[in-house]
Amino acid sequence: MVAAAETSAAAAGRGRAYSSMSRDRRWALRWSYVFLTLFAVIFLMPPVYMLITSLKSSAEISTAANPWWVFDPTLANYADLLSQQQFLIFFRNSILVSVLVVSITMLISVPAAFALARMKFWGSTALATGVFLTYLVPETLLFIPLFKIFAELQMFSGISLINNWWTLVIIYPTLTVPFCTWIMIGYFASIPKELDEAALIDGATWIQTLTKVFIPVALPGLIAAGIFAFTVSWAQFLYPMVFTTSADQLVLPVGIVTTLIKGDVFNWGQIMTGALLTAMPPLVLYAFLMDYYIAGLTSGATKG
Amino acid sequence: MAEVSLHKLVKRYDDVLAVRGIDLHIQDQEFVVLVGPSGCGKSTTLRMVAGLEDVSDGDIRIGGDVVNDVPPKERDIAMVFQNYALYPHMTVAENMSFGLRLKRFPKDEIKRRVDEAARILNIAELLDRKPRQLSGGQRQRVAMGRAIVRDPQVFLFDEPLSNLDAKLRVQMRTEIKRVHQLVPVTTVYVTHDQVEAMTLADRVVVMNGGRIEQVGPPDELYHAPATRFVAAFIGSPSMNVLPCRLEAEGDDLIVRLAGGLSLPAPPDRKARYGPWVGKDLLFGLRPEHLTDPGARRNGGPSAEITATPDLVESMGMETMIFFTLDGHEMAARLDPTVRPKTGEALTLVADLSRMHLMDAESERVL
Repeated sequence: MVAAAETSAAAAGRGRAYSSMSRDRRWALRWSYVFLTLFAVIFLMPPVYMLITSLKSSAEISTAANPWWVFDPTLANYADLLSQQQFLIFFRNSILVSVLVVSITMLISVPAAFALARMKFWGSTALATGVFLTYLVPETLLFIPLFKIFAELQMFSGISLINNWWTLVIIYPTLTVPFCTWIMIGYFASIPKELDEAALIDGATWIQTLTKVFIPVALPGLIAAGIFAFTVSWAQFLYPMVFTTSADQLVLPVGIVTTLIKGDVFNWGQIMTGALLTAMPPLVLYAFLMDYYIAGLTSGATKG
Repeated sequence: MAEVSLHKLVKRYDDVLAVRGIDLHIQDQEFVVLVGPSGCGKSTTLRMVAGLEDVSDGDIRIGGDVVNDVPPKERDIAMVFQNYALYPHMTVAENMSFGLRLKRFPKDEIKRRVDEAARILNIAELLDRKPRQLSGGQRQRVAMGRAIVRDPQVFLFDEPLSNLDAKLRVQMRTEIKRVHQLVPVTTVYVTHDQVEAMTLADRVVVMNGGRIEQVGPPDELYHAPATRFVAAFIGSPSMNVLPCRLEAEGDDLIVRLAGGLSLPAPPDRKARYGPWVGKDLLFGLRPEHLTDPGARRNGGPSAEITATPDLVESMGMETMIFFTLDGHEMAARLDPTVRPKTGEALTLVADLSRMHLMDAESERVL
């Protein structure tokens, strides 16, 4: 976005003296800045509010002074939260769940996408569409039947599927695999057909073609899909809310809400601190892999 | 090294017949070019030989063995693609050695072969680069190098020069010829460019509509085309073709064009053309056999034709003129010293010893 804006700014500057097109462009650019600023303000307001509140003491929060200013900044909320064993357990659970979900998602969706994009078999197109359609079924519709199935399974098999963090590792891929498969199908489809034919003639098996040619070539797409899977599992609220209850099995989003709200007492300072710290890992991940993410999402869309 | 033979080869896509039962035998070390317009089935044929397309009917033999159901990697072939199909994440050396590494060749053998191929193709200094750092011509060399290191029984080229600009194409054409002389492997080369076909091939296979029109050395195709299609396809500009009728005049045969112009047929072809007297035929003559009166000729029968050029193209080494005769577009190739003007009539001489007659119905050359 920034790069695009810079290019058009440069173009507007160049074109100023030469063509009537430049006036249109200049206005388009002004309007785009107006809207970009507007959106930035709207979207940045909550995190800024979170940051400000996290730096306030409970006393300052309850005095109802200017909510957009810290008069007496303190890191007490951070110190309290990070010294709580519980918070660290939530953090560990979240990391475990997300990393495992990303791994499982990749293990399933990459070969699935490769098969659907390249190994033309009977019904592959219908199957590809089917995969995407499953993504469209909302989780609010699924969580009750899923819970019922897991509860029955638990009764039947004796394996305690309810109230275990690793149950989430089984459930989340139902959300991540279809979408990641879909992204990867698009990405693999954009790789020239001749590349796998060349590999095939060079003596590669399908698996070798996937691992030695497709995966390295499609790495930006893979990273985009991986980030997506990570974000989905990291931020998931409904399923952990339903499936996990004990404090030692909770993941961050649910853990913060259930332990920091005691009855009708909202510990706003710590809630905001917890939320901010929870948002950190995906933020860091995006920051480092942003270029890959954008390249992955856009280049899958068009050929070439 | 191996012979390749196709026997009644058919490729069917649902209801469409892309290749309609072709027979072709390619000798060991021979350079054969498949040429034809888009959709003539040449690429499909090549891809069937490569094993990238299933054979609907008929046989493909490489080195005497039927390979219809043999996967590409076991056919011992190497292929060069139009868009090079280099692995973008590997260096040139890795690209070239990929096939050997998959087959777990010893490291020093891989290095020896890569170095040897790089020497042949003059890309030794590019071995550590990635494909995106190479120009089109260099990429094409790497693609050829990848084929050479495999030391295959057969080389397959699928329009390898189509992505290059005109100058580079000529250069790479020479290069391919040179490489084939150094590494004389049986080669099947597909192109739509007749100049490539004529310059590279030991034998050219002209294809049209899924069938083979004619197989032969470039010279033969040019001077003795078997069909109207081959006559028109080979040579640029195309052969001039006019409707005519063959008539007997005393002892001689004459060709009477639709506009009434009569041209004497070469006496040595009397026996060949005899049965066609009184029939509707097509008269064919290449632009270079329709020249200015000053041009040197071989002393055979000739006839004068008056032409008023619609278009004059001065090419430096020759001058092309385009005019209309009996409602048909004609081209003539003149000496550059002759300077015809658009709209000004001039006399041309047709060298009838080089004429062709074709059956109007079957379009076969008589």
